[in-house]
Amino acid sequence: MTVGTWLALAGALVLALVVGAEARRAAGPVGRRFFRHPTAAPGLVVLAFFVTLALAAPVIAPYPWYLQLDPVHLANQPPSWRFPLGTDPLSRDVWSRLVFGARFSLGIGSLAMLVAVSVGAAVGAVAGYFRRWPDAVLMRLVDVGLAIPRIFVLLVIVALWDRVSLPVLVLLIGLTGWFGTSRLVRAEVLSLREREFVAAARALGARPGRVIFRHVLPNTTAPIIVSAALGIGSVMLLEAGLSYLGIGVPSPKPSWGNMIAEGQDRLASAPWTSLFPGLAISLVVMALNAVGDALRDALDPHKEVA
Amino acid sequence: MTEPLLRVRDLKTYFVTEHGSGTARAVDGVSFEVYPGETLGLVGESGCGKTVTSLSILRLIPEPPGHIRPGSFIEFEGRNLLTLAPRELRAIRGNRIAMIFQEPMTSLNPVFTVGDQIAEAAVVHQRLSRRAARARAIEMLKLVGIPDPDDRVDHYPHQMSGGMRQRVMIAMALVCHPKLLIADEPTTALDVTIQAQILELLDRLQRDLGMAVMLITHDLGVVAGTADRVVVMYAGEVVEQAATAELFARPLHPYTEGLLASVPRIDTRVSQVRGRLHSIPGQVPAATAWPAGCRFHPRCPYAWDRCRQEAPPPLDAGAGEPGAHTVRCWLLTEPQRRSARA
Repeated sequence: MTVGTWLALAGALVLALVVGAEARRAAGPVGRRFFRHPTAAPGLVVLAFFVTLALAAPVIAPYPWYLQLDPVHLANQPPSWRFPLGTDPLSRDVWSRLVFGARFSLGIGSLAMLVAVSVGAAVGAVAGYFRRWPDAVLMRLVDVGLAIPRIFVLLVIVALWDRVSLPVLVLLIGLTGWFGTSRLVRAEVLSLREREFVAAARALGARPGRVIFRHVLPNTTAPIIVSAALGIGSVMLLEAGLSYLGIGVPSPKPSWGNMIAEGQDRLASAPWTSLFPGLAISLVVMALNAVGDALRDALDPHKEVA
Repeated sequence: MTEPLLRVRDLKTYFVTEHGSGTARAVDGVSFEVYPGETLGLVGESGCGKTVTSLSILRLIPEPPGHIRPGSFIEFEGRNLLTLAPRELRAIRGNRIAMIFQEPMTSLNPVFTVGDQIAEAAVVHQRLSRRAARARAIEMLKLVGIPDPDDRVDHYPHQMSGGMRQRVMIAMALVCHPKLLIADEPTTALDVTIQAQILELLDRLQRDLGMAVMLITHDLGVVAGTADRVVVMYAGEVVEQAATAELFARPLHPYTEGLLASVPRIDTRVSQVRGRLHSIPGQVPAATAWPAGCRFHPRCPYAWDRCRQEAPPPLDAGAGEPGAHTVRCWLLTEPQRRSARA
């Protein structure tokens, strides 16, 4: 590992800390409630650190993620100054793969969640606003969706489909993950639709689509953000599970899930190959949960600014 | 007389209640007219069907549980609003007929600036560009008398006081220069000084824009000051309607009489009222079970057998033209009973 990459890593750490401190300094009333949560600030710093890693991966990683340095002499090396997290059985630098893996894991997590939240919000809003048969049909669909184990559905689809590309994987994870969000949004919309400003919008001559997407949905952003923050963690775990089973991100592309799988044969003699991506997953998911919890408390409309 | 702008005939809006306790006949055969440029006051206690009447005109009744019964008829500018397709109806809402809601606190969307909300109707109906919409919003804010309109246009509702929000609501409603403005208790949530300002503003705008106003209120003082004609509602029916001066001078329905007697007056001595303000005994019955006969008879001081058995039709009180003053009361046929009682 060269001086430049160490500097880049230090830079990422400093940047993450600065982001945390700056966010705290510039916080408004909602932000202050957010940071009152003891785990909010550390969670935000951890997230900022990993996001920086993902964005600046080519600068920070000492080697390309695919590079097999020397399969004969440099496979399964323990952590050292040259390889801070060791090397894997194919003599690839674990740290470099972890850094690039952040792109795949965080990217799939957030994109899939974006798909899930968009579909869930739209379905929930339509069901809650129109009631009657659209509500009945959509919510029964959601009941069915929630009753079938998600991993099972994904396994079946992947088994039928020979090779799943990354965009398709993102879509599949997103389209099997919107059920919870739609219930949440529907419940919000059920109460919002009785508010007078909705009647006022209709009295202005606005079309139902305009009323739903311009007047009702923007008022549900708080619960949607919270459910998205908490949801990304579970999507990342799901992606890790799928990749571990060999049906997620295809090797040799690194995702934290398939990195764990690659190291499991030598878990006793060279644990670092699996250990560090596992730690990274745990850290990020914990950070996401901490931030999600703090957001929930901060955005709760029933709590007034103290 | 000129053609009415809005003609409501035999409007019946019923609500099917849950747990099968029957049908709430919230509005039960209401008829009245609004003429171009006039102010019509619609008065009555809470639960009389005033708001449901106004919501029915724009067909904003939540369906289910509510529905407007076949046979009802609401004609606006020669077209029956009840048979219009949703598209045509939307072209009227906010454009030809606008509405101001009761509660300025909850009738504005908390997540949009007031400028966006004021311009919305113009954007929907006239397809204004972003910039034109903003300019129109500023112009409307100026019209309703909000200081610093250029600045205020970007404010959110929570940054404004109740009176200002009600002005914003008025600006929203008037942005397309409607022919009819339905104002549902526009001043109940405001204190008296602001109330006077808002009524004055409405009055001025009405004259400037030449629109008709349907003012829904339970405040007779407001009616006396602003309305040209008054429709009194009780238990889902119109019980009396007349020109304002006529109604205040010669209230014929015992309910109207009671309402007028309940208004505190500045020119009566406390000793004369014998320490207590008049109130009508009892309350409006539930809309699921209106009393048989005249619906007011359980609370009426003059009621006799006929009132308990037979519902009175609207009877002409014979003031001016036929239909100028109508009353749903049997007392009109036996006026001696009123004096006997008094």
